Amino acid sequence: MEVKDIFIRNMKTEDFNENEYLDEYLKELRANGVNIVISKLDDLINWGRSNSVWPLTFATSCCGIEFMCLGAARYDFARFGWEVTRNSPRQADVVFCCGTIVHKMAPVLKRLYDQMAEPKYVMAFGSCAIGGGPFKKSYHTVMGVDQIIPVDVYVPGCPPRPDAMIYGMMQLARKIKLQEFFSLPKQPELSRHCGTDPQSAEKEINNVQEVADQAHNDKNIEKGGSE
Amino acid sequence: MFQFSVVTQWIDEFLRSYLSEGWTLLVEFVLIALLVLTAYAVLALLLIYIERKVCAFFQCRIGPNRVGPFGILQSVADMVKILLKEIIRINKVDSFLFTLACFLVIIASLCTFGALPFDGGLHVIDFNIGVFYLLAVSSLGVVGILLAGWSSNNKYTMIGAMRSGAQLISYELSCGLSLLSIVILSGTMQLSQIVEQQSDLWFIFKGHVPAFIAFVIYLIAGHAETNRGPFDLPEAESELTAGYHTEYSGIQFGFFYLAEYLNMFIIAAIAATMFLGGWMPFHVPGWESFNGIMDYIPPVIWFFGKTFFCVFLALWVRWAFPRLRIDQLLALEWKILLPIGLINIILMTLLVIL
Amino acid sequence: MNILENLLALLPFATVEQKENIFTLTVSKEKLYETASILKKNELVSFDFLCDIIGMDYGDSLGLIYRLNSSAYPAYTLTLKTSTEERENPRIDSVIDLWDSADLYEREAHDFLGIAFTGNPDMRRLFLRQDWKGYPLRKDYDASPEVNPIPMENEKIEDMETLPIIDLNPDRKIEPEKLFEAGEYVVNFGPQHPATHGVLHLRVALDGEIIMKIDPNFGYIHRGIEKMCEAYTYPQMLHLTDRMDYVSGPINRHGLCLAIEKGLELEVPERAQYIRTIIDELSRVASHLLGWGCMAMDMGSITAFVYGMRDREKIMDIIEETCGGRLMANYNVIGGVMADIHPDFQKKVKEFIPYMRKMLKEHHLLFTGNPIARGRMDGVGYLSKEKAISLGATGPTGRASGWHNDIRKIEPYAVYGKVAFEEMLREGGMTFDRYIIRLDEIKESLHIIEQLIDNIPEGAYAAKTKAVIKVPEGEYFSRVENARGEFGVYINSRGDKYPYRVKFRSPSMTLVNTLKAIAVGTKVADLIMLGGSLDYVVPCIDR
Repeated sequence: MEVKDIFIRNMKTEDFNENEYLDEYLKELRANGVNIVISKLDDLINWGRSNSVWPLTFATSCCGIEFMCLGAARYDFARFGWEVTRNSPRQADVVFCCGTIVHKMAPVLKRLYDQMAEPKYVMAFGSCAIGGGPFKKSYHTVMGVDQIIPVDVYVPGCPPRPDAMIYGMMQLARKIKLQEFFSLPKQPELSRHCGTDPQSAEKEINNVQEVADQAHNDKNIEKGGSE
Repeated sequence: MFQFSVVTQWIDEFLRSYLSEGWTLLVEFVLIALLVLTAYAVLALLLIYIERKVCAFFQCRIGPNRVGPFGILQSVADMVKILLKEIIRINKVDSFLFTLACFLVIIASLCTFGALPFDGGLHVIDFNIGVFYLLAVSSLGVVGILLAGWSSNNKYTMIGAMRSGAQLISYELSCGLSLLSIVILSGTMQLSQIVEQQSDLWFIFKGHVPAFIAFVIYLIAGHAETNRGPFDLPEAESELTAGYHTEYSGIQFGFFYLAEYLNMFIIAAIAATMFLGGWMPFHVPGWESFNGIMDYIPPVIWFFGKTFFCVFLALWVRWAFPRLRIDQLLALEWKILLPIGLINIILMTLLVIL
Repeated sequence: MNILENLLALLPFATVEQKENIFTLTVSKEKLYETASILKKNELVSFDFLCDIIGMDYGDSLGLIYRLNSSAYPAYTLTLKTSTEERENPRIDSVIDLWDSADLYEREAHDFLGIAFTGNPDMRRLFLRQDWKGYPLRKDYDASPEVNPIPMENEKIEDMETLPIIDLNPDRKIEPEKLFEAGEYVVNFGPQHPATHGVLHLRVALDGEIIMKIDPNFGYIHRGIEKMCEAYTYPQMLHLTDRMDYVSGPINRHGLCLAIEKGLELEVPERAQYIRTIIDELSRVASHLLGWGCMAMDMGSITAFVYGMRDREKIMDIIEETCGGRLMANYNVIGGVMADIHPDFQKKVKEFIPYMRKMLKEHHLLFTGNPIARGRMDGVGYLSKEKAISLGATGPTGRASGWHNDIRKIEPYAVYGKVAFEEMLREGGMTFDRYIIRLDEIKESLHIIEQLIDNIPEGAYAAKTKAVIKVPEGEYFSRVENARGEFGVYINSRGDKYPYRVKFRSPSMTLVNTLKAIAVGTKVADLIMLGGSLDYVVPCIDR
């Protein structure tokens, strides 16, 4: 069966500008072909996933204010069903990485990413999150979040306007539409990976789970609980 | 007036004509379970959608409008997503209790949901102690919340669970007292009879002032029992990230999420049944033609109309008020609602005696 | 000023210079504590407000500049300078027992320059990780990424750690303190937490719901702006100020422009002054609206937050049309503003003023009169005037406690001298006072804009400057009234096109210290609400 064009209801396909990456991927998918049952199921799953992306409230600096604007009356990303911002990383689907990430924050962001449940996506908002931005010359800035975690969509701007953020969200929705749940092995790497090799990444995750979260230092739980 | 028991009896007779006693019962149980579960899920999704739309309305926004016509499939998409979301196995949690907790919460609300009279005869079980059963089962949910908070091994969830425990146990009293005043008025605990007795006039009018006071107390206390703002301390977003369910992901979190909305529905439905006549149409003694016209509207619509009216009240309060602090929350219950509730019972007793 | 001269007579060992209304005292480091305590404790004029401590690396020696103000005579600033030749192990007496605000400032100087303060009970690094190598603001700092690679593991923070101290002074002996006692229930709020207004990390010891102790941790958004400024030319470093306190960015940038203009002795055209003032006040309204909304959201009322944002969008529209940017106006430049105002600017602002007045009533209706909101705010978080001055809690927070500290009145810059407006003062010092004072200030800002908008004079919108701006050698201070308090700029120039040292005085930093002082004994829910009522912006603290 022919793989369909990626179509999302929220925005016309021709309104998207940079499409080479997704087009090429679509070609690749078509060359392989898919089973009709599987593809129908995949369509259903992707429909659900791309229409219900719950962001984690994560904002370090300026772009966070534009993110707030996005949730408020004028831009209202509730229209697309994205407004269920979860504060717990376990329940969120996407990290809106709004703002500069510095050395001290880097491990925290990485841990947040590790704490999230699959499928999880990352969007880098603003020049700082993309590549250091105006703070390129600083001694304490991480030059882009993709040095720490893989990024799906980059939205440039300093800070990006809420409209640009919505555009980025739509791109992410399209990207999710191309995912395959049932034919995982064939799936190419959708997101750019950071420097760590898979083995060490796995080890990292174990470590994170062993070293209990800052918020649940178990020693104190026991003490606090018995009081 | 159309009674739903006609349909159920017909199904029963139809099954009995083909199957033996035991098999009939089995088939009926399975049918009922399927129906209740489906209704539960559909209602929860509908409520989530309604809440998001109403909330957007209060906040000068549009709300979900892209997925399906008017965004009506938004919560279906959410459900598809959440069903396929990874369930994280966390080290250092009590995994048995951790898994059990979310089931406890949803079972408690399901059991309550089953006992609601949606229509004459559309009633899973009609106990003679129906009110007592509702109160008993709906308060089981707090065990699930406490377990969730405790077993997660996280300080936020712990604080959230403790808050929830204090809150639910306190407000259970006011809930019970206000329902008790209606039990005094009607003289029965059987839900079907309570509804039948309101065929001439709803209890909120029949019971004069005490019934109205009981209704208001029940709405406040019931709202507090659903853990929703301004009483959402157990999951106070700005304080405790996500409260007692911080560590849950995937469908386990989905259970808490569904149960929260369904509890809101249940509280509203009980309020509608006990005070606003349940599925009974609006009748005024003496106005025969008016009563006749009212009877043309099916009872199911009356039931859901009244319930969604109460749900709307809850949403209105939810999105207009800031959150209470824990000491204010307890003071409201123990210093204001409980004394008023007790005096109200005396008033109601006097009303019934005189 | 006679009193001041009498006071200076008490300090024979100090060399005194005077430049306009700034008195500069230079003392040796041995005499520092004595001088400071005389300045604080004398009966003539008590310098009870330590505005800032600026750490300096002069190349051959390390120095400290203390900026002192008196709440009784706010127009006069006294700077106290000291230095030490020692670079390996520099030690200077702590003044923490004189001013509460010294705590964080000293830790900052320790973090950036490696100066140890004897007598300060807490000598951890403030912004950088404890395992960070080197002191970034020293001129010989090695900034290569190999020295400090991106860490992939969280900093190990032990709850029961003993605080590092430097204690060599036998007269003022202090005992090493433990941060938290064993058995205390310590909960982390942040760095990623919905209600810390950025990435602030608060470690809170709880007894049930009651807060026993707070330990704020900074640095999760420390971007090294001050060090970067040293490598940027003057026009280049302007844009960094917008990104510090991003909700009132134009005001910060105004402050930096004022300092540079002071150095260049540049006359800013009248038209530019008017425009700057209007944009400043608009962004103050926007900032207070956001602050109001966030405080409401911290208390659980999300609807109020959306209402605040809705009205803020109107201001964003006006600013976007004229400045080109929504959040980052990037509008002030050295000598004026970037571009002339948009033709619709005056019309839109005039439409906005009555709209905002109407909406303010709605905001009061929605939140101020709400019984739950009043119940939450009343009687919580008392901050006395003395404590506010000692903590350096400037801005609306200080004014809510009755401290007259509005820079727009004390040291009128731009056209604040020409407009009639009232400095909002309240005596209560409670959370409700801090809340209501912001809404009152919105009203007052609208009043200021109303007076100016029709009277913008014709003329150039910016003074002509040279292509390469070189500020003459010297030290320049400026201060402006940010939406959160006093924003101070210090520039040390050596006549180059790059500054030698730039220091920003963040109003938010002292506010976090204030939170630490007023939140003890309240409930967890109050902690979040008090944070909202102080309305700090974390990137401004971390810089």
